[in-house]
Amino acid sequence: MSEIVLNIDGKEVAASAGMTVLQAAQQADIHIPTLCHHEKLEAYGGCRLCIVEVEARGRKSYVVSCLYPVEPGIVVRTRSEKVDKIRKVLVEELMAHAPDAPELVRLAEEYGADRHRFDKETSFCVLCGLCVRYCDEVKHKNAVGFIENGAVREISFIPEIAAKECWSCQECFTLCPTSYAQAAYLLTEALAFPGRREAHSHAHAHATPEPERRVIPITPVAATA
Amino acid sequence: MCEQKIDAIIEKYRGQPGSLIHALVEIQHENHWLPREVLQRLADALEVSFSQVMQIASFYKTFSLTPKGRHEVHVCSGMTCHLRGAAKLLARVEEITGLKAGETDADSRFTLETGACLGSCSIAPELIVDGKHYGRMTPDQAEAVLKSYE
Ligand code: SF4
Ligand code: FES
Ligand code: FES
Repeated sequence: MSEIVLNIDGKEVAASAGMTVLQAAQQADIHIPTLCHHEKLEAYGGCRLCIVEVEARGRKSYVVSCLYPVEPGIVVRTRSEKVDKIRKVLVEELMAHAPDAPELVRLAEEYGADRHRFDKETSFCVLCGLCVRYCDEVKHKNAVGFIENGAVREISFIPEIAAKECWSCQECFTLCPTSYAQAAYLLTEALAFPGRREAHSHAHAHATPEPERRVIPITPVAATA
Repeated sequence: MCEQKIDAIIEKYRGQPGSLIHALVEIQHENHWLPREVLQRLADALEVSFSQVMQIASFYKTFSLTPKGRHEVHVCSGMTCHLRGAAKLLARVEEITGLKAGETDADSRFTLETGACLGSCSIAPELIVDGKHYGRMTPDQAEAVLKSYE
């Protein structure tokens, strides 16, 4: 594959054609914050936190690095006054939904974001789509999907599929930046197929024991509100 | 519910995931709403996951996931209709049908919807029943129109 040389934060970085600016930066150990990116998944461009400044042919523009392909000779700045300001506002907006998400709390500190700037609308989900896309692209189960649109868009576990598939997987829980995926699953379980946990603890009484349930440790989130 | 017609639609698109929206539009048109078990059968036939069907079906306002009445009543809430008395018209329609926007009555006779500018400002304020436009509606005329639908 052809080599492309670009400049990221003053460093000459080699990348191959078809890579994104984010991939090129990560390969060169340059950190760009991301929320909706996952190396196993298709680029999504949902959170916009990975925004960077790109200077090409004398023109500056602001692009999301997880989608933007590398080009020869472009100059990328991962931090600048304007980039930082954009990230700050994005974090503030996300915090209206998930004020205590650890990653957001950390980013807020770094970018000086005010978690109270926007009225709280604590949906806990930031619609990064990691759970939905992981279940689709990696597990091919589609147990969780987006429903509705616009301001009322949310993720939802499909009880019929979740009852069969989620018990022994639950891998999306650790991907979720806010623990909402787990909360939504547990709510679905409680509403649609309750009693399974109890049945599970008496599994030895059954002829065919249930598959082992995965238990994923959750880091407790300090309430700072 | 017209089971056979729905089955025919599902069969027509079997194995064609790309036709999901077409199938949904046709079922919606035929049945006026999309029951969950129909969506499940559609998902299986088109080889699309059920969650993706739900995603599409809940995304567009055209589709209804709750039962609709035999007659769909729209009262325009757009600017022109508003200026020409849509609020009074709506109030009367609500009174006659006993419904608020988005609701369906227990006999499944009417479903009431509002929506901004239905594209006929020149005959504002307007009432649409099952796609038929009634222009320059007064509350009293609306009552007569609705009576003609059983
Ligand atoms: S539940 Fe979590 S992983 Fe899923 S979309 Fe919301 S924030 Fe992202
Ligand atoms: S990581 Fe690029 S938009 Fe979310
Ligand atoms: S405002 Fe009612 S048709 Fe345009």
